[in-house]
Amino acid sequence: MNDERKNPVVRDASVRSRDFEEVCLGFDAETAKAEAARCLNCKNAPCRKGCPVGVNIPLFISLVKRGDNAGAKRAILADSNLPSICGRVCPQESQCEKLCVRGIKGEPIAIGQLERFAADNARIPLEKAPPSGRRVAVVGSGPAGLTCAGDLAKAGVEVTVYEAFHKPGGVLVYGIPEFRLPKELVKREISSLEGLGVKFVTDAVVGKTLGVEELYESYDAVFIGTGAGLPMFMGIPGENLNGVFSANEYLTRVNLMKAYLDSSDTPVYRAKKAVVVGAGNVAMDAARTALRMGAEVTVVYRRSRAEMPARAEEIVHAGEEGITFRLLSNPVRINGENGFVKSVTCVEMELGEPDASGRRSPVVKENSEFTLECDMLVMALGTSPNPLLTSSFKKLELGRKGVIVASEETAETSVKGIYAGGDAVTGSATVIKAMGQGKLAARSILKSFENA
Amino acid sequence: MFRIARKKVLNFNTVEYDIEAPLVAGRCRGGQFVILRVDENGERVPFTIADYDRAAGTVTIIVQTIGASTYKLSLKNEGECIADFVGPLGNPTDLNEYENVVLVGGGIGSAVIYPQTAELKSAGKKVTVIVGAKTKELIIHEDDFRARADELFLMTDDGSYGEKGFVTDALKKLLDRGGYDCVFAVGPLPMMRAVCKLTENYGVKTVVSMNSIMVDGTGMCGGCRLTVGGKTKYACVDGPEFDGHLVDFDEAINRSKIYREQEAEHYCRVTGERK
Repeated sequence: MNDERKNPVVRDASVRSRDFEEVCLGFDAETAKAEAARCLNCKNAPCRKGCPVGVNIPLFISLVKRGDNAGAKRAILADSNLPSICGRVCPQESQCEKLCVRGIKGEPIAIGQLERFAADNARIPLEKAPPSGRRVAVVGSGPAGLTCAGDLAKAGVEVTVYEAFHKPGGVLVYGIPEFRLPKELVKREISSLEGLGVKFVTDAVVGKTLGVEELYESYDAVFIGTGAGLPMFMGIPGENLNGVFSANEYLTRVNLMKAYLDSSDTPVYRAKKAVVVGAGNVAMDAARTALRMGAEVTVVYRRSRAEMPARAEEIVHAGEEGITFRLLSNPVRINGENGFVKSVTCVEMELGEPDASGRRSPVVKENSEFTLECDMLVMALGTSPNPLLTSSFKKLELGRKGVIVASEETAETSVKGIYAGGDAVTGSATVIKAMGQGKLAARSILKSFENA
Repeated sequence: MFRIARKKVLNFNTVEYDIEAPLVAGRCRGGQFVILRVDENGERVPFTIADYDRAAGTVTIIVQTIGASTYKLSLKNEGECIADFVGPLGNPTDLNEYENVVLVGGGIGSAVIYPQTAELKSAGKKVTVIVGAKTKELIIHEDDFRARADELFLMTDDGSYGEKGFVTDALKKLLDRGGYDCVFAVGPLPMMRAVCKLTENYGVKTVVSMNSIMVDGTGMCGGCRLTVGGKTKYACVDGPEFDGHLVDFDEAINRSKIYREQEAEHYCRVTGERK
């Protein structure tokens, strides 16, 4: 038995960096089986403890090994709703794969790739319970909302999802680029929910177009999964120059508005030299998008490689595609000419003592200023929850940075019958975590109906 | 899909639409805006709400054909649909604390000051209106203003109608006369800047409406950011109306030009014109 971890098919960096098609093409059937055969099927399954929704990983992998992709997918669907998506965007190396026993002496099982393989290669029709006569409103159609809607609909609840944008999917459509998550997959998930009877109302900004009170009055329960949509800026001089964007704006123009296509009416900035500030998944997405739009790209990050929060695979792919990393560097001012960005002045940093988050906090090195020429600068520094809904409905208890306070056990907010989950509750986190909270809320809502 | 209930051509490049959008019509107030997309490839473009009819469920917007999206919209006829129409976004105008207001509208900005004229008048306030346009045929809603304003001043750049000159010429005369406690100005950025410079000398509170470039209109993209009193604000959620004496107009004017080249190119592609 060949014992090495199998690699998925990845398109050549020189080719893929010029288009928006998917970078990683996954496993073929033979490779998937071979990789699945590496799994030790550990009884105590440490991998499951690393999964925020506790997918039965050894079970689904054993089914892939036998070639039963439908069975494998069914096993995943027992705990997770969006396996094709999670297989692609979960940070497996810091979750399931981190705890894999095979990883102690060698390479962990490629759990993410196997999940993706099983999910992509089987169609499982979703089953639906008879109508329960209950109605639930879901606010926001990102991972949390879609998951909550799906679980409720399967239980026979009539679900209406309200989305502020013109297309459902939330961060899956406006944030994560096509080359990392094909929009066709998101569309497929949404149509399967529609198949369960879920209604999607787009162009509906809850808090503006409709009030939370109205939903509260006309539905049996409300789930709020509005995400964390407010971009952060650094507050340094020159940030309002033309050519300085939040990653949210840049990615939304390209992904949701399809500005990379000639047929789109939405304009997008075509930079020659771009600098992206930050090192999370969003920063990698922005950098690799700018590259595909024709720019030479440098990522500036104030800590070192070890602290970069992005998925390992994205950082590797970005490097292969020719993105330059200026680590331990931080912008201090943006310089312009005729109102447009011309360069960014940075300082070098070194790592000091660990801060509250446990990461070593960066300290400025004296006399270390340097300047990078650029005609576009994208800020990917994280996001915070949007106060639009909460400021229109003051009854919800809020936490730090305006997150909605919801019970960890039930996802219920300070208002009975209103539940919340995803980034709106946690601040920017991951797709899988949001999904887990959507599931929790759906369970609690169903329980409250039983008890009523 | 949102149906165009009524389309009225106001002049050679300005069209008024009533769009069927009951949810928006049910909650909107003067000063708020909507974002629309003409079709599946359309960009999201903000328009200030010019009027609304809650009973009919329609919202009125006035559109000047200046780029690809407004050109595509101008081709749509009554009874046809546009892909998206979302709102009401931003905060409503609140001029309640003022007793004697001068409303200044430049170009299609005069469409935006109309709901305020009606609202203030029905609250029993004294309302003076100055409407400015390049030339006679670009003046809109003259009859409506005549019916409601206590005093109406029409200004044209070329003197083809009303008085020849800018809105600031008329405003200066009024301010010299005195007695006004607020100026509400909506129009092109250079006009609003000129109004604010003038009113600053008289110490009269001035409110302006900023129509910045934006994508979502809910605070998500940050594209509409502007500097007000030294702080960064978002036109979409903090505005669209701000204290004009605190707005950094030079920066706002610069930011409005960010896509100018691309827009010109795209407009030529859509209309088939050559540059």
